[in-house]
Amino acid sequence: MPQPQDYQTLLPVIVLAVWACALLLLDSFLIQRKGLTACLAAAGLAITLGLTLSQIGRSSSGFSGMVVLDGFSTFINALQLVSGLLGVALAYAYVKRMGIERGEYYTLLLFSVVGMMLMAQATDLIVVFIALEMLSIPLYVLAAFNRTQAASEEAGLKYFLLGAFSTGFLVYGITLVYGATASTNLSAIFAAASSTSNLLLTIGAALILVGFGFKVAVVPFHMWTPDVYQGAPTAVTGFMSSGAKIAGFAALLRVFATAFPAIAADMTDILWALAAVTMILGNLVAISQTDIKRMLAYSSIAHAGYILMAFVPYGNPAVAPVSIAAGLFYLAAYVITNFGAWGVVIALEQPDGKGLQISDYSGLFWRKRGLAVAMTVFMLSLIGFPPTIGMVGKFYLFRAIIDGGFTGLAIIGVIASLVSAFYYLRVVVNMFMREGEQKIEREFWLDLTWGAAAFLTVAISLAPGWLFYLASAAGLR
Amino acid sequence: MNIDFILFLVLALAAIATALGMLLSRNAVYSALFLVLNFAVVAVFYLLLGAPFIAMAQVTVYAGAIMVLFLFVIMLLGADELAPGKALPWQRPLAATLAVVLVIEAAYLLLARGAPSGLVTPPTEYTNSTESLREMALALFGQYLLPFEITSILLLVAMVGAIVLAKQEKGGRR
Repeated sequence: MPQPQDYQTLLPVIVLAVWACALLLLDSFLIQRKGLTACLAAAGLAITLGLTLSQIGRSSSGFSGMVVLDGFSTFINALQLVSGLLGVALAYAYVKRMGIERGEYYTLLLFSVVGMMLMAQATDLIVVFIALEMLSIPLYVLAAFNRTQAASEEAGLKYFLLGAFSTGFLVYGITLVYGATASTNLSAIFAAASSTSNLLLTIGAALILVGFGFKVAVVPFHMWTPDVYQGAPTAVTGFMSSGAKIAGFAALLRVFATAFPAIAADMTDILWALAAVTMILGNLVAISQTDIKRMLAYSSIAHAGYILMAFVPYGNPAVAPVSIAAGLFYLAAYVITNFGAWGVVIALEQPDGKGLQISDYSGLFWRKRGLAVAMTVFMLSLIGFPPTIGMVGKFYLFRAIIDGGFTGLAIIGVIASLVSAFYYLRVVVNMFMREGEQKIEREFWLDLTWGAAAFLTVAISLAPGWLFYLASAAGLR
Repeated sequence: MNIDFILFLVLALAAIATALGMLLSRNAVYSALFLVLNFAVVAVFYLLLGAPFIAMAQVTVYAGAIMVLFLFVIMLLGADELAPGKALPWQRPLAATLAVVLVIEAAYLLLARGAPSGLVTPPTEYTNSTESLREMALALFGQYLLPFEITSILLLVAMVGAIVLAKQEKGGRR
């Protein structure tokens, strides 16, 4: 029988799951008032966020070692819930404008957040697998939510097929690891793995890496990203690009740092190569994009490369805590900036699908100053230019990587960032130095999202210490 | 010659007959139904071997859920009648080759490994008793309670998703 401590460990997740089920039922009675469903979904996320924050400093494990509560999971879960709230804020007016307002949107979003949170807390490969499905299946449906558009349908189908394919890799990896160690529990795998060095275990770990690589869009497992990000409704893309990435990296980190330190020597080289290729290819291909959603998709691939960089020294106990903290900080910085940028894209997108070319941003500064300045802040932050949070994140990241002895990787990262300046600044140049006309959507929650994101992007960069302190305190149990 | 052996012979013939029926019938619905029969026969094999749980799982999961899905797909696609005539040109030689390989393998295993060498432990009474079922239930609802429960939510989510994507809306939008 589960003890109170078990429930305590998983309390926020349980509350959110129950809330989502209740909302699903309630929504069918709110026929004409889908706005209320959005508010209730946001309330559920806010309550869960409160519960998560009340768990700061707690640490326990529950359900026969299936899940764990620690600083790391609390940090990641808080970040997930914030990105869920921002996802609701982005969607609130967008779904009305696009004519896709249905209550299930918010319920599916909540279920996806449940899966993401569970993923950060999972300490057993079976739970990791189920949580991954739990976060992915709602995202497949959300990507296809605008069913009358062929592009959205294509995005949903493509995401579903490639997602199912990648899950196959993950499950195969899990079975091989089970074959090598006779357990799916992460600490038991660690105990079994340190006594024997095993080829089966290495192949299994590599396959698990492939499975996660698909989810976080690391080259060469990124093929689905541009099409899905472009075809999915923009509010979904904004949520998906942050949420799925956080969850994927959280699980990757927990699985590798807890279960596979014994094969760190092999894995470090693989991670090194993946991070380098991802940064280079993501940034290079982004240069040739003319569609802002595609450009941001490649930018998100490139950022997956930067974040992956933080995981390269995971097996080195002297460096790993700092580099993981830097990775978490960068993840938080990416989430804030990314949501802001997608908010601006939504503000310019028209129901007929116009307003998504980079050339549509021409002269934005002369139409709406606030929006153009905010977009400039986001672009600078994505490059890593001061005074933005992106610059602080890159600084911590590169310092940690150089301390870990991976100077070559850091140099590749810096060069990739320089290359990325080209396409980010092109948007800025368009906004300030060209002539153009555009229709801009004004809506309170949307304005608040990009406004707050722009403010935080600058403000946190001026005093980043507290966030880095939180990230450093977010240790694995 | 005990009763088990006779049962086995009858069942084996039935298994082969249903498998052949599945392969040779030109109607996809008949093929699917033959496959259901085949699964049912295999389930009885498991019962003969004293593994009641696997037998029941075979019936509910394979013969039940998966085959119903097969039948749905066949009927929805309207692909129940196979167009007469040409199969793929390379299919027959390939099938013949693979069949020969399989026969040789089976013959080798039967001749070379037919008699057990070394220590073979027969399954104990314990393995085949209902006690093992109890053990499994304890694991499923004890140690693996959490994954079991999350799976139920996962299935709910998948169902909601399928309905969202397929539901007709008022006003003619698909």
